[in-house]
Amino acid sequence: MSFEPKLRAYTAPVFSVEVGSGERKLTLGGESVQPLCFFDKPDQPAPLIGVEVSDVGFEAEGLPELAAFYEGADTLAARAVKAASLPGASFVCLHFEGADPAGANKSVEDCVAEAKEAVAACPLPVVIAGCKNIEKDTALFTALAEALTGENLLFLSAREEDYKAMGAAVALAYGHKLGAESAVDINLAKQLNVVLTQLGVPSASIVMNLGAAAAGYGFEYVASTLDRVRSAALEQQDGMLRMPVVTIVSAEAWSVKEALVSEEDMPEWGPREQRGIQMEAVTAAACLASGSDAVILRHPVSVEKTAAFIAALM
Amino acid sequence: MALKGLDIFKLTPKTNCKDCGNPTCMAFSMKVAQGAISADKCPHMSPEALAKLSEATEPPMKTIDVGGHKLGGETVLLRHEKTFVNRNVFSVKLRADMTDEEIDSVLEELKAVDYERINERMYAECVCVECGEDKARAAEVIEKARSSGRVLIVKTRDAELAASAKAALILGADASNWEAMNGAAKTAGSVLGVSGASLAELHDTVEKLEAAGNKNLVLDLGTGDAFKRAVQIRRAALKDGDRTFGYPSVVDTAAIAPGDPVLQSQLAALFVCRYGSVIIMDRMSYAQALPLFGLRQNIFTDPQKPMKVAPGIYPINGAGPDSPCAVTVDFALTYFVVSGELERSGMPVNLCITDAGGYSVLTSWAAGKFSANSISAFFAEQDIENKLTTRTLILPGKVAVLKGEVENKLPGWNVLVAPNEAVQLVKYMRELKI
Repeated sequence: MSFEPKLRAYTAPVFSVEVGSGERKLTLGGESVQPLCFFDKPDQPAPLIGVEVSDVGFEAEGLPELAAFYEGADTLAARAVKAASLPGASFVCLHFEGADPAGANKSVEDCVAEAKEAVAACPLPVVIAGCKNIEKDTALFTALAEALTGENLLFLSAREEDYKAMGAAVALAYGHKLGAESAVDINLAKQLNVVLTQLGVPSASIVMNLGAAAAGYGFEYVASTLDRVRSAALEQQDGMLRMPVVTIVSAEAWSVKEALVSEEDMPEWGPREQRGIQMEAVTAAACLASGSDAVILRHPVSVEKTAAFIAALM
Repeated sequence: MALKGLDIFKLTPKTNCKDCGNPTCMAFSMKVAQGAISADKCPHMSPEALAKLSEATEPPMKTIDVGGHKLGGETVLLRHEKTFVNRNVFSVKLRADMTDEEIDSVLEELKAVDYERINERMYAECVCVECGEDKARAAEVIEKARSSGRVLIVKTRDAELAASAKAALILGADASNWEAMNGAAKTAGSVLGVSGASLAELHDTVEKLEAAGNKNLVLDLGTGDAFKRAVQIRRAALKDGDRTFGYPSVVDTAAIAPGDPVLQSQLAALFVCRYGSVIIMDRMSYAQALPLFGLRQNIFTDPQKPMKVAPGIYPINGAGPDSPCAVTVDFALTYFVVSGELERSGMPVNLCITDAGGYSVLTSWAAGKFSANSISAFFAEQDIENKLTTRTLILPGKVAVLKGEVENKLPGWNVLVAPNEAVQLVKYMRELKI
C-alpha cells in the first residue's frame, strides 16, 4: 500500500495581531498549522524577525562585524534605520536599556525624544522594549504611548506587577499593542492574558512574551512551554492562549558565558563574535521550531541566517 | 496497531485451564492487551499466535543501535507528553575529494571539541565519509575516519565498498539498489540507511527490506524537504501506527546548506527539537558545539526529573582558599544563572553547590532539603574549614531567613545575604567589602 501522509491543519488559527500604521505594517500570528509545518496547509504566514537596537549602543569589544555595521550610526534613530535595512528584517525593536535606574538612568523625556525621532525615521514597524525596572518602564511606556499615539506600536512588556497601568495606558487609552510578559510557564502566561482581557484589552491587541533562555540554559522549559501553548491554541482552541508569541532571543543569547568570554580568556573557543552569532542563531531556530511567531535578534549575521532558515522551510 | 483484548482472546486455546495463573482465557487476554503480562505466560499458545502477538505489542518505533548509541525508540511527538528517550547523535563529514590537510583539520577539531557539561560528555559521536567515485581514495579516507575512534558512517551507493568499510552505518540504499546494499549491510554487520525520491517510494523500499529480513534500518530524510519528511514520518509512526516508518532518521545539514556553518547549526537545532536521530554537519567547531550540545542536553532531559549538577566547590574567576564562599542549590538552572552572574562580576568566589535534590532555592528550602543543617553538613563533608581559609559565607537572598541558624551551626563564619535575584549579584559582588 502506497504511503499517503496525513496533513494536519486546524480550524482555529492563532490570533492575528496587526502592528504599525500606514505603509509600515505587519501581522503577527494567524497560522493554523504546527510550528514551521507549512506543508500542512498552503499560504501560511511565515514567522517574522525583529532587529534589536539599543538606546545606549552595543559594546563593540570583540564584535568587529557588529561595530562595523553600526559605524557612524550615533543616534537611536540612525541605528534603527541601519537595522531596518537588513534583508530579512520585518520590524525594529527599540530597547531602552539606558532608562534603567541602576544604569545610565536616562530621563523619560530624553527617551521619548529619541523614540519619536527613531519612529519617524524607521521605515519598518517599531516595537518598544523597556529596561526591566517596573516603575521606570511604567512611566516610560505611558509617556511613549501618549507621545506616539496613532503609530500602533507594540510595547514589550506588561507583567503581573504592572499590567493594570500598562493595559490602561498603552492599550486602552492610546491604542497600541501590548506584549504580556510572564516567566516561562503556561499557567502564568494564561493568567496574564485573562486579567488583561478582563481589564478590557481586546485579544487582538495582545501578544505573548513567554520569556526565553539561551540554548543550554534550561531551554527545555522554553521549548515545552511553547509546545504546550501552541497545542492549547490549535488543538484545544483555548482563547486565552491563542495570541501570537514574540521571543526576545538577543538579550538571552548575548548574556551567557559562551557569547561573553573574550578570546584571550578562552583561546580554544575561538572568536567571540562567531560564538555569539551561533548562540543567537541556534536559540532562534529552536524557538521557531517550537512556535515563536517572531524572534528579536541583535547581530546582522543572525538576522540574515534566520531569514534564510525560514525561507528554506517555506 | 495494538490488538484489543477480544482479538487476543481469539488466539488463545479458550480452555480456561488456568495454567497462566488467570481464571479464564478472557481475563488473560485483557491483561495482555493492557500490557500487564506478556503473551508467552500461556503455555498453550501456538508459535504463530505468539509471533502475531509479539508483533502487535511491539513499540511503535524501533530502537536501533548505531555504534553503541541507541537511537529512536520514541513514544511521543512532543517531550512534555512524556519524555524523549534517546538523544540524537552528531556527525562531522569528510568527503573523499577533500585534501589530507582539510581532513586532518576536521578531525583535529573533532578531537579538540570534547568536554564535560553537567555530568555529560559533549562531543560529536560520529564521522561520516562521503565516498564519491574514486574507490581507492574513499578507502583511504575511511581509514582516516576510523582512526579517529568515533562511530563510522559511510555514504556510498557502491555495495562492494559498503561491505568492506565495516561501518556502523551505511547510507546509500534506495529503490534501485536496496538488494545489493542489503547484502553489504548484512556482510559488514552495519545498520542500513534508506532514502527515497518520495516518502511513498521510501515506504515501499523499507517494506521490501523488512520482507527480506532487515529491520536494522534508519531513514534518510534527504535534502529537498527534510523537515517535512521528518515530521510526516514521525507522525505516521507514532500517531498512525505505521511501523514501516518506525525507525530513527538521519539528516545531512551539510548537503542542505553547503558551506554555511551558521545555517547548518540552525538546521541541526531544528532537528534536535524535531525528530532528527543522526545529524550530520561539515564540522563541529566550539562556536557550533557550545549552543548545539547545550540544546541537545536540554531537550533530552526527562521533564519528570530535574537536571542536577554535582555537589562540590566550584572556584570562579580564579578563586583561592581566601576567596569568599557563596552557597546555593544543585538545580542546574540555578547553577548556570548564579555562576554566570558571578563570572560577570569578575570577583573571585568559591561557589558551593549543596545536594538539594535538584530543586530550586525556594522549593528545596520548603522541602527541607536546603537548610542550615544541610549547609553545615555540606561544609563538614567537603572539609571546607580546612580546605579554605576564608570565613565569609554568602547565602541566597531568597533564604535570608536562614542567616541566624547558619551562624549558629557554623561558628566563626561571617554570614552575609545576597540579593534576591541573580542579576543583582554583579553589583553586589563588586561592592562586597570583606
